[in-house]
Amino acid sequence: MKPDSPHIALFIPCYVDQFYPKVGIATLELLEKLGCKVSYPQGQTCCGQPMANAGFERNTVGTTRHFIETFKEYDYVVAPSGSCVLHVKEHTPAIPELEKEQAELHHKVYELSEFITDVLKVERIDGSYPHRVGYHASCHGQRGLRLASSSELNEKPFSKARKLLENLVGLEWVELTRTDECCGFGGTFAVTEEALSIQMGKDRLEDHLVHGAEILTGGDMSCIMHLQGIASRNKQALQFKHIAEILNEAIS
Amino acid sequence: MSHPVQAAEFLQDAAKSKWHDETLWFVRDKRDKISHTIPEWEQLRELASKIKDNVLGNLDTYLEDFERNASKNGIKVHWAKDAEEHNSIVLSILQEKNCKAIVKSKSILTEECHLNPYLEKSGIEVVDTDLGERIVQFLNQPPSHIVLPAIHLKKGDISKIFHEKLHTEEGNEDPTYLTQAARIHLREKFLGAKVAITGVNFGIAETGEFVVCTNEGNADMGVHLADVHIACMGIEKIIPKREHLSVFLRLLARSATGQSITNYTSHFRSPSAGRETHIILVDNGRTAQLGRETFRNSLKCIRCGACMNTCPIYRRSGGFSYESTVPGPIGSILSPGLDLKKYSTLPFASTLCGSCTDVCPVKINIHEQLYAWRQEITKAQGTSGKSLSMKLGNGIFKSPLAYKISGTLMRAALKTLPDSLIYNPLNSYGKSRDLPELPKESFKDWYKINRG
Amino acid sequence: MSSRSEILGKIKSLKLEEKPLPETPVFAVSPNLEESFIYSILSNKGEVWTIQELEGKIHSGTFPKVFSALPEFKSFSNQELPADPHDFADLDLAIIRGQFGVAENGAIWLEDVDLGLRAVPFIAEHLAILLDRKQLVGNMHQAYQKVGMTESGFGLFIAGPSKTADIEQSLVIGAHGAKSLLLILT
Repeated sequence: MKPDSPHIALFIPCYVDQFYPKVGIATLELLEKLGCKVSYPQGQTCCGQPMANAGFERNTVGTTRHFIETFKEYDYVVAPSGSCVLHVKEHTPAIPELEKEQAELHHKVYELSEFITDVLKVERIDGSYPHRVGYHASCHGQRGLRLASSSELNEKPFSKARKLLENLVGLEWVELTRTDECCGFGGTFAVTEEALSIQMGKDRLEDHLVHGAEILTGGDMSCIMHLQGIASRNKQALQFKHIAEILNEAIS
Repeated sequence: MSHPVQAAEFLQDAAKSKWHDETLWFVRDKRDKISHTIPEWEQLRELASKIKDNVLGNLDTYLEDFERNASKNGIKVHWAKDAEEHNSIVLSILQEKNCKAIVKSKSILTEECHLNPYLEKSGIEVVDTDLGERIVQFLNQPPSHIVLPAIHLKKGDISKIFHEKLHTEEGNEDPTYLTQAARIHLREKFLGAKVAITGVNFGIAETGEFVVCTNEGNADMGVHLADVHIACMGIEKIIPKREHLSVFLRLLARSATGQSITNYTSHFRSPSAGRETHIILVDNGRTAQLGRETFRNSLKCIRCGACMNTCPIYRRSGGFSYESTVPGPIGSILSPGLDLKKYSTLPFASTLCGSCTDVCPVKINIHEQLYAWRQEITKAQGTSGKSLSMKLGNGIFKSPLAYKISGTLMRAALKTLPDSLIYNPLNSYGKSRDLPELPKESFKDWYKINRG
Repeated sequence: MSSRSEILGKIKSLKLEEKPLPETPVFAVSPNLEESFIYSILSNKGEVWTIQELEGKIHSGTFPKVFSALPEFKSFSNQELPADPHDFADLDLAIIRGQFGVAENGAIWLEDVDLGLRAVPFIAEHLAILLDRKQLVGNMHQAYQKVGMTESGFGLFIAGPSKTADIEQSLVIGAHGAKSLLLILT
């Protein structure tokens, strides 16, 4: 690592911190393996997304101010979550006296896979991962951050995650019938529209299972937590991993 | 009732809701396939959106142009500020013509205005002539989808009601047989009606003509046999020039059903000799929506229904779960403008997945408006995140399950649930889903030990 | 205050920003218009017939009541154009000529002058449209250029027979109007 390397702050979503520390660790280790100087600002808290999506964006001024204060000094902010990144970029209230820092932050916060492909300019990751992997394209990363082409649009197909995974030796990419349908998590939606949320999750799982996926991966643990919860309840044989875990494992 | 309750009910019939989901997904898939055959598809969406931007910025001028040109062509133009005035204009025309029975082709606007019950109260027989609309009319139901009105019904349901109303063979569920029966029944209605009502897909300011699209030909069958044609049009349906029809017609049917164009696209410019054409320009909340900057461009909607076909919620909860004339994603951003309280659960009936925005042929940012309505609704309800979390405080610690899931996400989520949930058990999340196991240490703990 | 002035007044009071109308670029069209047009018509469930096939069917009595104002079919027409379209309630076949066709979707443009009565293409049990194969355009943009500022009281694109899929999305031809669209390229 060069001494003048950009300083990257890890932004670990609160539920990853609490429930999936291994995803945080994998993200950190992966970025380090790719030669990055990474720190985890320990004062970070929830970004405020659950509040905002429930209709209380106006009550997230404090959280947002804290977020900007915590991360403003870094060159980049990277999170293993498209959803939280999208929230920070698009759904945070304007913070008086921090307008400049806030605007800058919106340009330097990245979801993990897009940071690797777009900032680090990694063209391929070499390693081995001999498994059949189904990819769940979480909506906020998919259509919010445009991490992959959207099945609704007439555009050239691309996927930042697939670009990183497809060169791994032995990895078989599972083609799904509905390539980017929502899994039904949706934050508070999972609770307020419980019946729909479960049905949507079951349908997504079915798509992966009928196409022979062995491991379901994705860029957002919130969706994976929901899907894993349903699969576990119904005793479905499918493993769940964040893309950071797969990449980190593959190149070690 | 609220959307979650209706949705849960719809999902009770697992086979039927699966069929509903798969059938509408099939329609969306057809839309994807045909839109991919048009290399300029995304440019067309952009053009359509820009043309509509121009319309919304000059709506008054275009309406005046339209009125002037339509009048010049011999069309009688009426203005209605709300549903009631619209309905009374229709009734007064019918009374003047001494007309007791009318045929009506598909018009979401007349559904919005509840024209049918209004006319029926005055002793007028209203016959909806679109096959799907006739089916739901027999069942005293509103359409559950704006393009596919009877998509919530199975052929068995239709066979049953046709047996009752049209005396078709009991148990004969063959769609061709049933359609033929409807054809014979409706032919008689067409031949007997003095007045025909239609909706309007596009009104053209430059020429004063209006365009109606159907596959069945029912609008034309009604209009050309009747003495009087009444067209009901929301004021946002105006487009500036005839040439702009090319952009919208290339998008409309492809987005709606995956076909390249509807089989009939009729341009009504002036009545034929001895007949009358009336057009009613209806506001009914549209100028109010025009005044709401965040929600203004919901008025670009051309009623293709693509957002319904793609919506993972709509497909699994059915149109009736929205309890609004226009259901689905577009309905969830239009309806709160009409009655915020009544439709307060609709903007929450979404995961904000954004698929609606990407299929929309006029590029309405539907999911962003759903998010924005949520903010308005909580404001209007006078609730704040803080007060809710205070109210919930006791509840969380009373429930062992909620206590177990004391991770930050669940805490944050539980703090911000809308009113409807406060009175529900707090364990909804874990009802059909296992919760993740709490690890021994958080990432933060690990970091302190290993990197600190 | 009238509703007219109320509605217009409300809009004017918003003083909305005026946004320019975009120019529609020229888009490429199919290199083989006839092939694309036929493909589109067939996709819309129309049929492509030859003039001989139509004559044969008329001769064999498939269509007892036939109306056509076209000189080439005058001899087959056994119906006069009535004053009241209701009199055509049992018309079996109408034969008309379209002005031009659109390759991308199979739409055929017709105006009052082509129809006789506006109800004709709808009320007839079957509809045959003759079209000059040289009169084809690529897409709808070209179509409206060709329509131009015509002042026909009624103009119509027909792209196929009357159809519906309102019962379980099963396609049925012949909902209310013509049960078939027979295209004859001349």
